[in-house]
Amino acid sequence: MVHSSIPLFWRLRKAKYRLEGTKCRKCKSVFFPPRSFCSRCRRKGEIECFPFSGKGTIISYTIIRTPPEGFEKQSPYAVAIVKLDEGAQISGQVIGDLKEVETGKRVSAVFRKMYEDGPQGVINYGLKFALTG
Amino acid sequence: MTRVAVIGAGCTKLDEHWDKSLRDLSTEAGVLALKDAGLEGKDIQALYIGNMSAGRFIGQEHLAALTVDHAGLTPIPATRCEAACASGALAFRKACMAIKSGEYDIVVAAGAEKMTDIKGTSAISTLMGAGDQEWESAVGLTFVGLYALMTNAYMREFGLTREELALVPVKNHKHGLNNPYAQFNKEITVQDVLNSPLIADPLRLLDCSPITDGAAAVILASERAARKFDNPVWVLGSGQASDTLALHSRASLTEMLAARVASRKAYEQAGLGPDKIDVAEVHDCFSIAEVLAYEDLGFANKGEARKLLINNETAIGGRIPVNTDGGLKLGHPVGATGIKQIIEIVKQLRGRAVTQVKDAKTGLTHNVGGSGATALVHIFGSE
Amino acid sequence: MDIGIVGYGCYIPVFRISVEEIARVWNTDADSIKKGLMIEEKSVPDVDEDTITISVEAGRNALLRAGIEPNKIGAIFIGSESHPYAVKPSGTVVAEALDLGRDLMAADFEFACKAGTAAIQCCYGLVKSGLIDYGLAIGADTSQGRPGDALEYTAAAGGAAFILGRDPLAILDSTLSYTSDTSDFWRREGQDYPSHGARFTGKPAYFKHVISATKNIMEKASLKPRDFNYAVFHMPNGKFPSAAAKTLGFTKEQMAPGFVVSRIGNCYSGSSPLGLSRVLDTAKPGEKILLTSYGSGAGSDSFIFTVTDKILERRDKAPLTDHYISRKRNIDYGTYVRLKGKLKE
Repeated sequence: MVHSSIPLFWRLRKAKYRLEGTKCRKCKSVFFPPRSFCSRCRRKGEIECFPFSGKGTIISYTIIRTPPEGFEKQSPYAVAIVKLDEGAQISGQVIGDLKEVETGKRVSAVFRKMYEDGPQGVINYGLKFALTG
Repeated sequence: MTRVAVIGAGCTKLDEHWDKSLRDLSTEAGVLALKDAGLEGKDIQALYIGNMSAGRFIGQEHLAALTVDHAGLTPIPATRCEAACASGALAFRKACMAIKSGEYDIVVAAGAEKMTDIKGTSAISTLMGAGDQEWESAVGLTFVGLYALMTNAYMREFGLTREELALVPVKNHKHGLNNPYAQFNKEITVQDVLNSPLIADPLRLLDCSPITDGAAAVILASERAARKFDNPVWVLGSGQASDTLALHSRASLTEMLAARVASRKAYEQAGLGPDKIDVAEVHDCFSIAEVLAYEDLGFANKGEARKLLINNETAIGGRIPVNTDGGLKLGHPVGATGIKQIIEIVKQLRGRAVTQVKDAKTGLTHNVGGSGATALVHIFGSE
Repeated sequence: MDIGIVGYGCYIPVFRISVEEIARVWNTDADSIKKGLMIEEKSVPDVDEDTITISVEAGRNALLRAGIEPNKIGAIFIGSESHPYAVKPSGTVVAEALDLGRDLMAADFEFACKAGTAAIQCCYGLVKSGLIDYGLAIGADTSQGRPGDALEYTAAAGGAAFILGRDPLAILDSTLSYTSDTSDFWRREGQDYPSHGARFTGKPAYFKHVISATKNIMEKASLKPRDFNYAVFHMPNGKFPSAAAKTLGFTKEQMAPGFVVSRIGNCYSGSSPLGLSRVLDTAKPGEKILLTSYGSGAGSDSFIFTVTDKILERRDKAPLTDHYISRKRNIDYGTYVRLKGKLKE
């Protein structure tokens, strides 16, 4: 089970739902997942919100066939590391035909259910990636 | 600063210990280590224990106190160290530093994990606690998944074939064939690996370390204290480094920066290079991890690890035998693994290993936490 | 200034199951079912899709066409009979995903298959009253058909979103509803599948309400069927809207562009909205559209739209309805059962 804290994912909803990341005004580094502290400039950094477009390229991928708790119904599924066009890298599921997932392919973000905290718990939503060519 | 030596070592069998709890296992390992050193409990001044996730595996925190309690060692100070699968080596390093500080002369460094009290899918999720909960676990990644991402990237970048990768578990199973502590004693072939079920493409079941219960302990002594013991094995170098917690944030998926930095530190302290290492225990939690380790530790140039496998250079009798006890494939009680690796090197340098490397004088251990966010490298010498 | 649809967008899941495949499992006669229902196949949501995810994708397309800042939207109403939560709105998740901001009216609507068009009416009213500048109305469903029931051949998934406001691509000229207490189709709280009154769903239910509402709006506007370029009626299957059109005096040509049911099935709250979406994909400035939805229980909402020249510049800013209709992957019944979670654990 993913740590099933409602406040934890509520806090992250802007990033989880629409890829709102951050950027350091000083060094121009972009961060996704968002960081509230520039890891390059540290205290001298100036962090601001930075929206990512959700478009990117697959850097590497795998097909998960032995899923963790909460993901059993989706298995098998593809997970890739995606290099976003704006510059950060993120892990994400890739929807669609597993046979078509390949390194180097272009993807864009789509809104999906990530997992459910059982039939009585909350449904966690977020972004996955769809192949775009 | 004093030098530090290992003067005793003990390990439980790596297994599914249905009839033993974590406290039983850590006590068993500790008693074996004390016996090996010829010491009594009262001689121990402090304890450091590596454990990844007792909180999630058995619902037990405050593990260090539990351990000294059940070993009858109260009131000595006890400290738990956590760096995921590198917790064991971290406990060892902290114990070394405690002795070097001059505070103690004789200290226990242990590691323990009880992984089979929860069901398999829960264990998978618990292990994933070593990754980024918010951004890796939350998308359904597993640990084998993370290493599969590295495998795919490495195979693509350097042309390593699936068959070549299978040589890692084949070699390690062969090394561990007669290891009485191993979870499995079975020779396997490349075809067995390729026929085993896919877990996270392209990694298959026989590429993966198992879910294991076990504990391991070593007794460390200052130079002054160590001189009274037979066969002390000296700690020549200790390096530790960190990297981003999440794999996706790294510049390269085909090397572990933390392992490179940690090994450089350790080599520097020991005053020797990779060419002077006679035997090594590396963190082969998944087959690709051993391939990366060859390059990160300087046994092979970048992209050339395959040559070592093809030419049997890391097999017993080769230039630099790696994982002579069978490695993590034959049991990976995560928090204990780092200590278990050190015990194999201690045995090798004492000339008492089951799969002995002839005239081994220097050995190295490489223990990795998570997908490479923590790495510890230790170098040992018989002199 | 005219009020109407300033942006629209749709979303249909990629999976399809054919009538033949369902008929194969239940040993029924596919040909007679296809002929009777005028359906070839229906859309099926992926295991990670629901009314909320469909609404987000459709809403995103509507925003692309409208070309307005998301925070200009003052209300979001989502009509569905498959809201993922019994308690907790779909609208808040969708609003956050679309970045609609916090100064927002939101509520989920339920009125069987017409909740989406009811949402359009409410947005229109709020814009017209001056309380909001723009309102987002969505009709979306991942509908359920009991295994082996006639509904299993048609119950599909999809949705369409409409942003109501000024400077529209289609002016909303007129709207009204026809409502009565008629229990033709229902689902009790906690039940997995809806139940229906078989032939009672026809004459006193679907036809009575669709025909009454349509006649009333034409009479009010002093328009005849021939004054419209397009007509869209709720599509529980192909037969009902065709029969209603014939009774009312609409031709096959007027019906064809909005007749999406044969290739994707009945998307419930998304059904007539998807028909409207497909009509807007090809409509020319000046053309008139008649839309009548139907929701069991029962009621119909009728609308008259006049397309403006804004359609020409906004249409291609998002994928057309046919993109989603033709982008498909057929699955077998076993996969359908798995994706829809029909296996009891």
